[in-house]
Amino acid sequence: MSETANDQTPSTAASDFSLDNQKFTFATACGNYVSRLKGGDLGLIPALLSIIVLTLIFGAFRSDTFLSLQNFGNLLQQASPIIVISMGVTFALLLGEIDLAAGWTAGVTAAVMVTAFRDGRSFPVAIALSLFVAAVLGLITGYLVSYVGIPSFVVTLAFFLTYQGILLNITGEGGTVQLSNSTMKSIMTKNMGITGSWIFAGLLIAGYAALLYTKRQTLPMSVLTAKFAAVAAGVSIFTLILARNRAFSQATIQLIGIPIVVPLVLVVLGVLTFLLTRTAYGRHLYAVGGNTEAARRAGINVKRIRMSAFVLCAVVAGLGGYLLASRSGSVDPQMGGNQTLLLAVGAAVIGGTSLFGGKGRMINSLFGGMVLAIIDNGLPLVGKATPFGIKTIDFSRSGIKFIVSGLILLLAASVDAISRKRASSS
Amino acid sequence: MATPNAPIFEMVGVNKSFGPVHVLHDVDFRVYPGQVTALVGDNGAGKSTLIKCITGIYSTDTGTTSFEGKPVHINGPKGAAALGIEVVYQDLALCDNLDITQNMFLGRESKAVGLLDERTMERKARETLASLSVRTVKSVRTSVSSLSGGQRQTVAIAKAVLWNSKVVMLDEPTAALGVSQTRQVLDLVRRLADNGLGVVLISHNMNDVLEVADRVSAMYLGRVAADVSMDELRPADANETIARLGESQGKSEVKDQMRRRLVDLITSGRSGTIGLARQDV
Repeated sequence: MSETANDQTPSTAASDFSLDNQKFTFATACGNYVSRLKGGDLGLIPALLSIIVLTLIFGAFRSDTFLSLQNFGNLLQQASPIIVISMGVTFALLLGEIDLAAGWTAGVTAAVMVTAFRDGRSFPVAIALSLFVAAVLGLITGYLVSYVGIPSFVVTLAFFLTYQGILLNITGEGGTVQLSNSTMKSIMTKNMGITGSWIFAGLLIAGYAALLYTKRQTLPMSVLTAKFAAVAAGVSIFTLILARNRAFSQATIQLIGIPIVVPLVLVVLGVLTFLLTRTAYGRHLYAVGGNTEAARRAGINVKRIRMSAFVLCAVVAGLGGYLLASRSGSVDPQMGGNQTLLLAVGAAVIGGTSLFGGKGRMINSLFGGMVLAIIDNGLPLVGKATPFGIKTIDFSRSGIKFIVSGLILLLAASVDAISRKRASSS
Repeated sequence: MATPNAPIFEMVGVNKSFGPVHVLHDVDFRVYPGQVTALVGDNGAGKSTLIKCITGIYSTDTGTTSFEGKPVHINGPKGAAALGIEVVYQDLALCDNLDITQNMFLGRESKAVGLLDERTMERKARETLASLSVRTVKSVRTSVSSLSGGQRQTVAIAKAVLWNSKVVMLDEPTAALGVSQTRQVLDLVRRLADNGLGVVLISHNMNDVLEVADRVSAMYLGRVAADVSMDELRPADANETIARLGESQGKSEVKDQMRRRLVDLITSGRSGTIGLARQDV
């Protein structure tokens, strides 16, 4: 009997879904955003603020070197391997798991790739072979975590050492394998030139406009326009800066345009974001990370999802390994070690991805990775300085860099934990 | 309210043992379309085991199951869902990090060319909530983490009815709720039955049972002590009591008597003329 009343148009009841039906304006959109911030969902704000503040600080100390055109291009190349490995680690983090061995996975993948090239294999074969190895490593980790039931922390801690050993065996004790393939090398050495850069910038802006177009029914036109204007302006300024020759005046080759690695990182970002937001698989990843039991009861194969996340983590980390190898032109037994993993996890967390699972986006790694790259790049350039006139400190020492990077990760993790508390108490 | 037509779901002569422990003894359980059947019983009486047998999580040792009059064999939760039997658990039903629509379609997303079809899912979620006259949700894109307990329970129930389900079993839907939220959820339970679904309400709260249930199945030590309609539970002299004490006081007195009978059924397996025979216990 109540059906006849409801059948006409279910959405007519005035009080239901008022937000869905009301034409929402710029003001309500801003209001929603503010309430989200209050709820502890800071999104990209900490990362963006850090980038601005750090740039100002380093810029004030060393405007000649840190703010130089050359350093800007350098910074992007320096950040890219961390960003990509971080996007891989995001798959584990989304499930509330961790992959401590992701850095060494990148190293092993890179080593397999360079030895394949050394042994004369073609580009597709070397890529397929090394990515296959990465996938197998991820599969083993994933199997042990989800089917055997060992905590990922322990499994990947064990593999942290194991993979280091594998890498050492591939490269040979103290040995270094040169990267002989020019295509792979050019990722980190070549730029797109002026025309190429502007075509790319145009495509990027057009692509973003198309993305916004798909959201036209969920967001008001004013918000879409504002977003579009911000991104278009950002991309244009970015391209304008990079479109000038960055090489030293005496240099024989010119460095003009956006580094090749930038579009590659953006492609990886785009593909992985698409996977997370537009496919059922991505939805299930978030569900398992948010509430495993609810996901299981909804008929999701939790174990398979968990295992696949580690496979994706390893494969994407492997892509990051290519960038590491391309940047240094060779693979040595330390590739992917040291602070690589810390920076990758840090990049994701600083960008706003939660260590508790269920919350995070791929773009977080991009901005978080930039923050850490700026620190990594800026501190050595600052060199000896006397902050507040107290004591002269040599900021270029690794000791200082490690301390600062570690503390920043800790700070980001604290923000994550506190905002989570706020969200659950509200 | 006479016992209506045929039961939509029926289990007869169910026995279930875990090793030497005989948990269910010759249990008969029926769910009728358009009625709320309350399943009551103390902790350990076998309610959860029965529910797990119904949804196929446990296999039964003996007994037959029929659905819409046809004999069926339920192999697991997926099989139960395929028939149109859904269970709404007290907790653990929703992902906090997802919004209402995402939760309602979790595991069964609508797709267009292999990709998530958000528009369709939003529309269907809205229609389902509207058909249940849910008026407390501002947007189907609201994150579940920001909902109240009652709203969460509402979403969990709406999730269960989204799939044209015919039998919905609610496991203590009001256990963690305040007064007005309990009201909302009980109204929703009533509306489910009014829409023609067979509803099973598992509850320890006799007020809730008396308020919305049309039938009661009381379990006692693994047996069904009583499977009666609310009319049968009503004391024979109910009308006289109301006449004697006046409308409001009389009704609450009748309700109290019914509550006592329910409690007797739960704690000792019998009450007056209904329940297990004494020697049986």
